[in-house]
Amino acid sequence: MSTPTIAEAGRMLRAGQITAVELTEQTLGVAHLTESQIHAYLTIDRDKALEAAGQADADLADGIDRGPMHGVPVALKDNMCTRGMETTASSQILAGWVPPYDATVVARLREAGAVIIGKTNLDEFAMGSSTENSAYGTTYNPWDISRIPGGSSGGSAAAVSVGSALGALGSDTGGSIRQPASLTGIVGLKPTYGSVSRYGLIAFASSLDQIGPLTRTVEDNALMLESIWGHDPMDATSYPGVYPEVRADLDKGVEGLRVGVVKEFAGEGYEPDVESAVTGMVDRLRQAGAEIVEVSLPSFKLALSAYYLIAPAEASANLARFDGIRYGLRVPGDTTEALMARTRAEGFGPEVTRRILLGTYALSAGYYDAFYGQAQKVRAAIVAELAAVYRDVDVLVSPTSPTVAFEAGARTADPLAMYLSDICTIPADLSGDPAISVPIGLDRQGLPIGFQVMAPSLGERMLFQVAAEVERLAGFKARPEIEVVAR
Amino acid sequence: MPVDIDIAHVARLARLDLTDEELEMYRDQLGLILDHAARVQELEGDPLVEGAHNLGLESVYRDDVVRPSLDRDEVFAVAPEVRDGYFVTPPALET
Amino acid sequence: MTGRDGWEPVIGIEVHVELNTESKMFCGCAVDFGAASNTLTCPVCLALPGALPVPNRKAIEHIMAIGLALNCEVSPRSVFHRKNYFYADLPKNYQISQFDVPVCTGGHLEVEVEGEVRTIGIERAHMEEDTGKSSHVGEGGRIHDASATLLDFNRSGVPLVEIVSKPDIRSAAEARAYAQELRAVVAELGVSDARLEEGSLRFDANVSVRPSGTEALGTKVEIKNMNSFRSLERAIEFEIDRQIGVLDSGGGITQETRHWDEESGVTRSMRTKEGSSDYRYFTEPDLVPMVFDSDWVDKVRSGLPELPASRRARYGTLGLDTAQSGVLSAMVPSLRQLFDESVAAGGPSGPVANWVTGEIAGYLKRTGSETPQVTGSQLAELVAMAEQGDLSSSAAKEVLEGVLSGEGDPRQVAEARDLIQVSDKGVLAEAVARVLDANPEAVEGFRNGEGKVLGYLVGQVMRETKGRADPRLVNEILRETITG
Repeated sequence: MSTPTIAEAGRMLRAGQITAVELTEQTLGVAHLTESQIHAYLTIDRDKALEAAGQADADLADGIDRGPMHGVPVALKDNMCTRGMETTASSQILAGWVPPYDATVVARLREAGAVIIGKTNLDEFAMGSSTENSAYGTTYNPWDISRIPGGSSGGSAAAVSVGSALGALGSDTGGSIRQPASLTGIVGLKPTYGSVSRYGLIAFASSLDQIGPLTRTVEDNALMLESIWGHDPMDATSYPGVYPEVRADLDKGVEGLRVGVVKEFAGEGYEPDVESAVTGMVDRLRQAGAEIVEVSLPSFKLALSAYYLIAPAEASANLARFDGIRYGLRVPGDTTEALMARTRAEGFGPEVTRRILLGTYALSAGYYDAFYGQAQKVRAAIVAELAAVYRDVDVLVSPTSPTVAFEAGARTADPLAMYLSDICTIPADLSGDPAISVPIGLDRQGLPIGFQVMAPSLGERMLFQVAAEVERLAGFKARPEIEVVAR
Repeated sequence: MPVDIDIAHVARLARLDLTDEELEMYRDQLGLILDHAARVQELEGDPLVEGAHNLGLESVYRDDVVRPSLDRDEVFAVAPEVRDGYFVTPPALET
Repeated sequence: MTGRDGWEPVIGIEVHVELNTESKMFCGCAVDFGAASNTLTCPVCLALPGALPVPNRKAIEHIMAIGLALNCEVSPRSVFHRKNYFYADLPKNYQISQFDVPVCTGGHLEVEVEGEVRTIGIERAHMEEDTGKSSHVGEGGRIHDASATLLDFNRSGVPLVEIVSKPDIRSAAEARAYAQELRAVVAELGVSDARLEEGSLRFDANVSVRPSGTEALGTKVEIKNMNSFRSLERAIEFEIDRQIGVLDSGGGITQETRHWDEESGVTRSMRTKEGSSDYRYFTEPDLVPMVFDSDWVDKVRSGLPELPASRRARYGTLGLDTAQSGVLSAMVPSLRQLFDESVAAGGPSGPVANWVTGEIAGYLKRTGSETPQVTGSQLAELVAMAEQGDLSSSAAKEVLEGVLSGEGDPRQVAEARDLIQVSDKGVLAEAVARVLDANPEAVEGFRNGEGKVLGYLVGQVMRETKGRADPRLVNEILRETITG
């Protein structure tokens, strides 16, 4: 497999070494060879992709250069609306639904000349950490197809990892970009909340959801981010101000930066290989000139609990619209109430049902203060502690995930064990701050380990500066090798 | 606090028609998750300022300008049941 | 009717006002009640997956205006909440509304009931969005035996302001007066079409009764589905009597929602599942807080028009009585402006008001025009001529018609049409002398006490002067001449 990075592809396209159509054919070819084992995609639209690639070639020939994503084959998590292309959020309740509009990020990618290969698998409505909660089957990890790729953006992560897309978009609510990036050996960014439009992203938890890129390299990630972010008047939470120059300091190194190591993200539950890889990277950062500071954020211990109240509460309302009346699945009933209740019971999978019940309970009369109200206090404490810490350090680092990719089925029976997969990623979602996962090596079984860097909101410039240095220091070049079986 | 869950009531609020076995299963699972989640009650402090945005955004509005609506045929193309320009459902039990 | 002795009704009213913005509350779909069903929808108001709301600035300014007009305080900071409940005409199955921090709080409205002014407290006014419209079709055509529900989402997301009164209302008549006054206020502000028949104003009433002289509130019942001021009043009357009847016979009131049945004139309990109204309010995460700085509030405040209550008070200081003030205040702006200009030009307020609300309003109605083609000074002149006796009342009306059809100023019209009343005593005395000479028997009869012949003689003088004589003067001169 020799899928280029986005930056390489851009150079090749402009040097005339390859056309967008050839690049797209090649990427579709990888998908053709790998999908039967990986199942990264729910929908591949070969014709539309080749048409877009043809247009990209024609534009370049006419001197119209739409920038770094021009002619680049990409994949979209299937919770982003694509006009004319089925969008299901991996749910039975949206089987066959074709949106009449494009999500803002999709429109921006199209304007940037990107070639959309198809829609990738996810945990239903982005609820999960393994991509096993999909109504359309599990996605497998290219590094070991008995294992899951993480989730919920597991399809996007697996596609980029295996080379059936050069970059992909995912969405991160509790770690759903960074954790699968970590488990598949690629780079995944959750940008600052409010910097990438959520318009057209099928909502899971509105105050947390954020779209971001999954790519092979840090530079690719910055390139893809630049093509999708920026103010969108269709999203009232979208930031209207000046955005950071994310590629300005990629080569600058970490000399003189203060790097905080989060004390809470170590110990019980953390695999030794993960811990030693992270410690090793921290040492290398120190050698590269960074000042390492151990920091403690006590409220991080409560982040997971708060997250599993706030996110389901918001989800219980966000998913109320799926009622069998205007679109999507309908299971008949004698009354509207019966129709809705049956449609929803049949249309939602068990994890989604569980979270809707959890969120409904947390908001209901008599329990609101003890659960949802208290969870908001924890969120406030996390925001306050982070603000204090960022007065002392420039960035925070930690493992992205306490473990490497686990075996399919290993945690499906135990929701709490599954939820623990997100323990390191959740705080940045609760605070709205940006965080990135960069691959730094393999464990003794040959499975990738990710390193998380967090920065204050709109601190992406420094985040990328540090991530690029981590990438250089790690020198991680390994790609998954899978036995190719053509379908 | 011990978590007590009237799961049938919660399912009714959430408009989910679940079987007794499912209700029992979810009640048990919710109990475990809520036991863990109840740790948030350890914290004393002030709640998040209501509606606060991480970047401090406030007062975001759009101008009162009409934009094109969707084509009804396109909307109806994915609707479960329509009749004479309307979406159709069975009668409501509650009014 | 049961006797109401010993019971005091306690009533609060919730009014939903549909705003008349160009576009909906959270999306760019047009607000147009005449459009074909389901043609004014988009991902936002149809709640398609992925769509997000963005609030309409004009609607926010409208609720600020409503709040300020109702003497409310505009909160420095306000947030939207989600109100969660499943209903087929509510596409998201939650309504974006407000909960503990509404835009406006704590105002009052003065209303007049049978000549007495009452101050009704306003609890709050908050911003929300309307639902779609359900129509229930079936054999009986009634809700309870409908066989299907048809849904139209054109109305989904139209901006609504909910105004909640304090439980300060003590009778159905007061409730009606409150609702009417509120309608007058929003109509004056121009923020709503304020048409009850089109549902742009909708009322719910919370009614309870308590033993007279006690403070504790009785169990309240919410009444819905009142589509006119009359049905609001009737429904509350009925409900007060029903509750007193229940309590008098030893029963208890159930807290519930009842539906007003206009045809049979009763309220009926609505079937609701127990516990179904746990709305699980939480802050709307798709929206950011609204902050109202004093500049913005002042700007909206300074743009407020004169409101009905202060206008009526001003008319009172100009000398109009309560009834006149009320009638004039409810007139279209062009007529009220004419009144103000005419009074400013020296016209006497009472007669000017009568002309404006009578002849001129009637003329506009007859001709279907909106603005009377008469200036304030022309009207003042006309009224002065009539008051001084230069014009008879019928001549004055004729002159007005002439002025309105552009024939010139009142005196020009009166002269051109030869309508100036003859008030010259000398001229009239001559005419009287001629008539008396020609009617000796009548004069004789009057002297013998036949009072009715005076009328005949007046008529003869009027004929002699071609109807232009001032009848009062003629009468006077006749008496003097005959008896003198």
